[in-house]
Amino acid sequence: MKNRVLLVLVIVAAATAWGLAFLTVAPNRLLTGTAIPLAQISTPWRDALLLPAVILVLGVLLPQRMRTHAVVGVTAALLLSGLVWLAGAEAARLAKTASATSRTALGGGFWLLALIAWLAAGDAIERLRLGPVASVVAHLCVLLPVVVLLFAGELQHLSLLKEYSIRKDVFFVALARHVQIVVAALLPTLLVGIPLGIVLFRHTKSQASVFAVLNVIQTVPSIALFGLLMVPLALLATALPGLRQLGVGGIGMAPAVIALILYSLLPIVRSTVAGLAQVPRPVVDAAVGMGLTQGQVLRKVELPIALPVFLSGVRIAGVQAVGLAVVAALIGAGGLGALVFQGLASGALDLVLLGVIPVVALAVVVDAVFRILENLRSTPRG
Amino acid sequence: MNADRPARLRLIALARDPLAWFTALLLLFVFGMDELRPLFAAAFPTLDRPIFTQDSFLALTVAHIELVALSSAAAVIIGVGAGIFVTRSWGREFRPPVERMVAIGQTFPPVAVLAVAAPLLGFGQAPALIALALYGLLPIVQNTVAGIESVPVSAREAAEGLGMGAARILRRIELPLAMPVIIAGIRTSVIINIGTAALASTVGAKSLGTPIIVGLAGFNTAYIIQGAVVVGLLAIVVDLAFERLLRFVDRWHDSPASRRTPVLAAHG
Repeated sequence: MKNRVLLVLVIVAAATAWGLAFLTVAPNRLLTGTAIPLAQISTPWRDALLLPAVILVLGVLLPQRMRTHAVVGVTAALLLSGLVWLAGAEAARLAKTASATSRTALGGGFWLLALIAWLAAGDAIERLRLGPVASVVAHLCVLLPVVVLLFAGELQHLSLLKEYSIRKDVFFVALARHVQIVVAALLPTLLVGIPLGIVLFRHTKSQASVFAVLNVIQTVPSIALFGLLMVPLALLATALPGLRQLGVGGIGMAPAVIALILYSLLPIVRSTVAGLAQVPRPVVDAAVGMGLTQGQVLRKVELPIALPVFLSGVRIAGVQAVGLAVVAALIGAGGLGALVFQGLASGALDLVLLGVIPVVALAVVVDAVFRILENLRSTPRG
Repeated sequence: MNADRPARLRLIALARDPLAWFTALLLLFVFGMDELRPLFAAAFPTLDRPIFTQDSFLALTVAHIELVALSSAAAVIIGVGAGIFVTRSWGREFRPPVERMVAIGQTFPPVAVLAVAAPLLGFGQAPALIALALYGLLPIVQNTVAGIESVPVSAREAAEGLGMGAARILRRIELPLAMPVIIAGIRTSVIINIGTAALASTVGAKSLGTPIIVGLAGFNTAYIIQGAVVVGLLAIVVDLAFERLLRFVDRWHDSPASRRTPVLAAHG
């Protein structure tokens, strides 16, 4: 057997296609649907998906050359977009005959097959041993056709997109609010965290105690920290009416943003210190020897060298903040979490997914952007 | 190790120990919440019910710990197992896809996993347990792989030279040397799970998040504070306990007993 990873993926995929529901059809958005396995889907061209499937099976057996990996990668990406297209097309076909309230939802089989196709594509990209930036770009290219299908309206009859079209206005308000919370938390954290990190790097003695405090904050569960911040902020708003006019209060954005700042401080301060700590001593000495002042050394030598490590800290803080902002909906801050908890309360999976999927997409985008930035900076120029 | 120290010194050490303080506070709130009723009544005079009484805080804490313990135990078994598997010569091929799944999984917020699990698996304890176990896997797999990979090649070669088989090298060399890193992964996993378990009350599982959610829904700030303080203290106590465990493991690593084993002597 040449490629055991692909072999396992192919076996799991075959079992999934055989046993799990590809789509489910329900009379309305709250009821559980009846399962439609892949075999019962009657959209024409369904069997075209067999071609990439066969190529992937061949990929298990073929000699593992670069060309094989490239073919497997492209085929797996095609299979992924083919699966998405098939789901959208079948939903559109069903919509012609069904009632207006009926919902065709993606089933467990679809999600698992899509995950497998994505993993197979990713594994092939990994085996091609591309550079770090090319690799991130290749991974994004795998998902690109899916995004194109989404924006081309091919998926509009799927229940998730129906849910979206009902709540389009609310959705964009929630999305904008989510981004607003994250940005409003990260900017002040950078303004405080970077100087704090620089000071701590110079005063090694106080590092332990500051990190101990930041670590304790990081340990406290988000819902608890949000709750604990409500009381002092509510008191503050009652005592100072001016603050209340600015929107500060026990519920809403203020406690959410403050809690996110507190959580983001640890990764940002830690990565600033770690980045500065890995600047080679001789480089600093040489800069001092050339007559640079301490401020110049910091700006022209230490910070540029520390940048990749520092950016990894910003990436962690950003991904974390995107996720934690979901919980902030519980204290009335709004954002995509509001859709999630509203969906949970009414048992509507589509609504939950309408909140969760953009959150995950936001986190993945933040992660990918900062990974590319880190690698751009760490590759030597010229 | 403290046995030969005078009792008075041990008492002073205890009084300076943050773990002891936080544990005492936690126990105070878990067992004595009812005694604090006058305090909360005075702080929130407008509330009819200043103390959460639907469940005792002891019962909530036990339910919370049960949720975390069960899911974390599953995560440890599967996560360490997967980490060992992908670092064996016959499983090495699976390491890149496993690592990629772990990396992408960690960009998912834990609350997202919980929110998707509930409508699929029904409300209550089951979806919470599965979501917590799944999400808790990620740091454990990551650290098990990192820990085993960090074992010096010389240590492994020396063990092979002594005629140890692969299974014995894993048990006697790789796992003990990787232990601090693996425990650090378990620590991250358990702390995340304590936080996510608090959110599990939004999908109908009983936990220390219940007073917070009930308080948020009913504008009862006292409930929110009670739940938040207890769950916050629980997380801090568990984190400090892990820190203590890690220090203990580190000391055990550097102890003369471990240095006496021939293999470790061979690599330095």
